[in-house]
Amino acid sequence: MKIKTEAGERHVLAVTVDNEAGILAKITGLFSARGYNIESLTVADISADHALSRITIVTSGPPAVIDQIIAQLDRLVPVHSVTDLTDQGAHVEREIALVKVAGTGDKRIEALRMADVFRAKVVDTTLSSFIFEITGTSDKVDRFIALMRECGLVEVGRTGVVAIGRGSEAL
Amino acid sequence: MTEMSGADMVVQALVDLGVDTVFGYPGGAVLPIYDALYKHPTIKHILVRHEQAATHAAEGYARSTGKPGVVLVTSGPGATNAVTGITDALMDSIPMIVLTGQVPTTLIGTDAFQECDTVGITRHCTKHNYLVMDPDRLGPIMHEAFHIATHGRPGPVVIDIPKNVQVATGTYTVPEIIQHNSYRPQIEPDADAIAAAIDLIAAAERPVFYTGGGVINAGPDASAALRQLVSLTGAPITSTLMGLGAFPADDPKWLGMLGMHGTYESNMAMNRADLIIAVGARFDDRVTGRLDAFAPEAKKIHIDIDRSSINKIVPVDLAIVGDAGRALDALVAGWTDRGLSARDYGEWWRRIDGWRATRCLDFPEKKDAGAEIMPQRAVKALFDATRGRDPIITTEVGQHQMWAAQHFGFAAPNRWLTSGGLGTMGYGFPAAVGAQIAHPNRLVICIAGEASLQMNIQEMGTVSQYRLPVKIFILNNEWMGMVRQWQELTYESRYSNSYSDSLPDFVKLADAYGWTGIRIDNLGQLEDGIKTMIETPGPVIVDCRVAQLANCFPMIPSGAAHTDMILQPNDIVGTMDDEAKALV
Repeated sequence: MKIKTEAGERHVLAVTVDNEAGILAKITGLFSARGYNIESLTVADISADHALSRITIVTSGPPAVIDQIIAQLDRLVPVHSVTDLTDQGAHVEREIALVKVAGTGDKRIEALRMADVFRAKVVDTTLSSFIFEITGTSDKVDRFIALMRECGLVEVGRTGVVAIGRGSEAL
Repeated sequence: MTEMSGADMVVQALVDLGVDTVFGYPGGAVLPIYDALYKHPTIKHILVRHEQAATHAAEGYARSTGKPGVVLVTSGPGATNAVTGITDALMDSIPMIVLTGQVPTTLIGTDAFQECDTVGITRHCTKHNYLVMDPDRLGPIMHEAFHIATHGRPGPVVIDIPKNVQVATGTYTVPEIIQHNSYRPQIEPDADAIAAAIDLIAAAERPVFYTGGGVINAGPDASAALRQLVSLTGAPITSTLMGLGAFPADDPKWLGMLGMHGTYESNMAMNRADLIIAVGARFDDRVTGRLDAFAPEAKKIHIDIDRSSINKIVPVDLAIVGDAGRALDALVAGWTDRGLSARDYGEWWRRIDGWRATRCLDFPEKKDAGAEIMPQRAVKALFDATRGRDPIITTEVGQHQMWAAQHFGFAAPNRWLTSGGLGTMGYGFPAAVGAQIAHPNRLVICIAGEASLQMNIQEMGTVSQYRLPVKIFILNNEWMGMVRQWQELTYESRYSNSYSDSLPDFVKLADAYGWTGIRIDNLGQLEDGIKTMIETPGPVIVDCRVAQLANCFPMIPSGAAHTDMILQPNDIVGTMDDEAKALV
């Protein structure tokens, strides 16, 4: 017998929650307990009184599963709202990566040239290394990192996706 | 606003919240609360013999009264022992508050004696939980916890209280308005959806009501509204295991329970219906059978207080989020306002009567006095002997549970306490303790299997201590019967570890605890044995020896459709393909 899996589509969810101890464990635990995917998850306090956090989750699944994920998140006691930005339409997604490239000679020059093409900033340098800061969609960050692998990439740190809907409407 | 110790605040909050009973077990990390309880004689503390039993007793209390059950246990093993009952309450939507002691805040995270990460462990088996780090927060948290446990879909809430927070003093405050800043369950159903539901019901030719534990949770008025709606529409009704009692079993519109061990008529009606009205039921796998063959011809209306239950397993045509009682009231009102009357479901009822004619709950038996007792007969005899006494019935988990569900007829809600979602062996006896505490003068009977009972049999001591007249009626077949039944069905009768070896002499055990013990060996002794049990004032254990190899039918094997029921023991094939074997 083979275990079957279903193909899914990518969705970006914005979840506002009470900024309380254990909330992140509650959210991630829900995903692991129910077998949902997390492709990326970011969280930070967003209110003046530090009472609310916004969690951005990139997940994937068939439409019925996405619907369940939203309903399951929404019924957690500390969750204020769940918005499916993908479903809502136009939104901006950004991710930051810090990319360390080590080496000398041609590869170093090529790395700098490509960083320029991608509008990555140099935030640290030594005679034998650069750290680039790149901001963009996950796709763009992926492509930059793939190119840097050819140019002496030694370390990467990524924030995961934050996203917000376009226009004057707010959550 | 009064300055007092954290422990006093806990007890004060319990008093303010109208709690009369706490089920618990003391230990180092809750000693301050136990000391505070000592000074508050209005709260009755029931000392159990194991923390799991405290949680099930609280469930029994809650299910039989509609009020939340309250549990008090210590840190570490006290909390971990409570986890099964907490999970059980989550699965069956039982309102419960579990107060756990914790090591002092200064020792949290140091692997201190009897420390465990209670909020971490219970995060996913509670509706919500709290770790209280400041005594000033105790008042608001206690009140909020009760609100959360009892509003929306009910469930268990854990409050973990470090020992130094119990000892420290602070200000006890009661929030003026108990309203959580994010938890706002939808109680009132949408009026347009109600109107659309009435349209669908009025237009249906083969409707069936499929109701569940949500109707019980919505209170006795919801059951009354359900009866009214069924009567107004004239449609047949079936129910899940958890929903038994919401509709009287002696009504001609009652089809019996549905699902894996449901009746042939209820499952066939679900399969052939053109409209299913699901009320407070969640399309559990025990109910639906094979999903792609589930109710293929039916439009589905789903009324549920939990939006995540809707479209979780079965996509529905019309969703109504809200309290089952409010929704049923709105349907009754809408139906009456529009002047609708019941349709003539003559043809539908004729088909149903055809399925009823299979008499799927009949079982073969010998009738002479020396004959072995069929377990179904024992349940029927118990039902007959207790008619008019309005008993509260609890069960353990297994074959006896299904036989009880099939053959014991319930006329009213809150009389049937069983572990449905989690299927917890060891639930029934402590649940009976909780129900008996809440209803000291009622007849409370735990229908048990000899295997399940042993999972919390230590509670005989609790019963003796509080002189509770609990009756345990064991259908003793010396097997973990349901396990054995599946082994016959799936594993060619290779009985791997399913024999109940080395059983105690239950009559002697009764004697050891100061109970009355009765043994029933054959059909001739059955009626008298039951009569003696009922008429004996104190606690009684009945060791009713039943046919050992009887199995529970009808049955939908796992992975099969409603139409593929096994009606007879000789329908069993003895093996299954891997796809079916992999299903629980």
